[in-house]
Amino acid sequence: MADIDLTKADPNFRKELLAQPGGEKISACFTCKTCMASCPVSAVNSKFSPYRIIRLALFGLKKEVLESDFVWFCSSCYACQERCPQGVCITDFMTLLKNLAIKAGHAPAGIKAQRNLIKGQGRIYAIDEFDNKKRNKIDLPSLPTTCEVVKLLFPES
Amino acid sequence: MKYALFLGCTIPARSRQYELSARKVAQKLGIELVDIAEFVCCGFPVKASDMKSAMVLGAYNIALAEKQGLDLCALCSSCASQLTEVVHHLAHDEKAKVEVNEVLAKAGLQYDKGTGVRHFARVLYEEVGKDEIKKHFTKSLEGLKIANHYGCHYLKPSEIYNNFDQVEDPHSLDEMVALTGATVVDYANKKRCCGGPVLAVDEKTSLAIAKEKLDDIREAGANAINLICPFCSVMYDSNQKGIETAFSATYNIPVLYLTQLLGLAMGFDRKELGLNMNVVKTKDALAKYAGGD
Repeated sequence: MADIDLTKADPNFRKELLAQPGGEKISACFTCKTCMASCPVSAVNSKFSPYRIIRLALFGLKKEVLESDFVWFCSSCYACQERCPQGVCITDFMTLLKNLAIKAGHAPAGIKAQRNLIKGQGRIYAIDEFDNKKRNKIDLPSLPTTCEVVKLLFPES
Repeated sequence: MKYALFLGCTIPARSRQYELSARKVAQKLGIELVDIAEFVCCGFPVKASDMKSAMVLGAYNIALAEKQGLDLCALCSSCASQLTEVVHHLAHDEKAKVEVNEVLAKAGLQYDKGTGVRHFARVLYEEVGKDEIKKHFTKSLEGLKIANHYGCHYLKPSEIYNNFDQVEDPHSLDEMVALTGATVVDYANKKRCCGGPVLAVDEKTSLAIAKEKLDDIREAGANAINLICPFCSVMYDSNQKGIETAFSATYNIPVLYLTQLLGLAMGFDRKELGLNMNVVKTKDALAKYAGGD
């Protein structure tokens, strides 16, 4: 794992994070690594470790955190958040970082595509007439094949 | 007992056997499920990109149920968690509620107090109860060895769920499966995530997480996996063949929904429970218990 280069630190990043939902308690982290020991992703991929992301964020390494792939490796399973002895809402923090990364223009293509699908059709998997035929065949009710109202539900776009 | 049935995105398109079997089981137990055609995505998949939009999507669905005076019942664990979290959050954050209502007004809706939100498995466990469920069984599943996969969002984050089951030692699914006469087998890493949410980001990592659990379940000698979330099913059922290929392994472990398993004990046949739609073939493992084609 690469060394941490503190000369790139942005002290305002830490303050910015501490002021937002999910970031409030990150400074309580005392690096016990319970999160890493509980993490299903760390168990199979050593590139990802939650405590390291918290450390990088606390050091103010904004670019390294928001531009890296590994924030996106978090599966949002809450195993770490349930077990953190310091009450850090680690999963919520990862969600906050994902939101900030997207605002800064760094998002995996799949994540953007999911959002666009939902914004366009109200669901990830659109229902078409063929689906409804298959549903009706086993006595399941038809579902709408279009959704206009959903566009109104995205406040920031 | 009456609920608005929240299907979400994955189930009506990809897991029709779950919907089918849940409706059968609900009917048998006298749970009335009301369909609301206007429901949209619960907002869970949008959380990563934009928490605010995710909350509005959740609140929109809840407001639709609230308008009809109904509590919500979700079949998908992520939908259940997202909708429960929105109710929890908006009960404690008046400012967020005002902001949400500003958006909902454009769609002609209002979020007032929200509704109760329950996962279908939780309705069975808490509201219907084990004694009542058992009354409707006509067949014993004795001899079947089942590994329960609880998944993540059925129980977590625990702060929104009033501790109806224990995150670190869950038992609700074990108790319901044991009612059928089947044996519940324990296995290492029982509480671990299926890896599904990572699939769109890094397939190799995602499949490696699912593989670990399949290894543990095979090791424990289970005949089948029982679960309650369509995305977990995608990982263990739809992707089982891919995992076998990627890791040169052999599992051939059928993956059932709780509603299919309970439905079998209620005497429904294969077709009525959509067992022919599961990806890993269920016929051999269930030959003793399931009639029909």
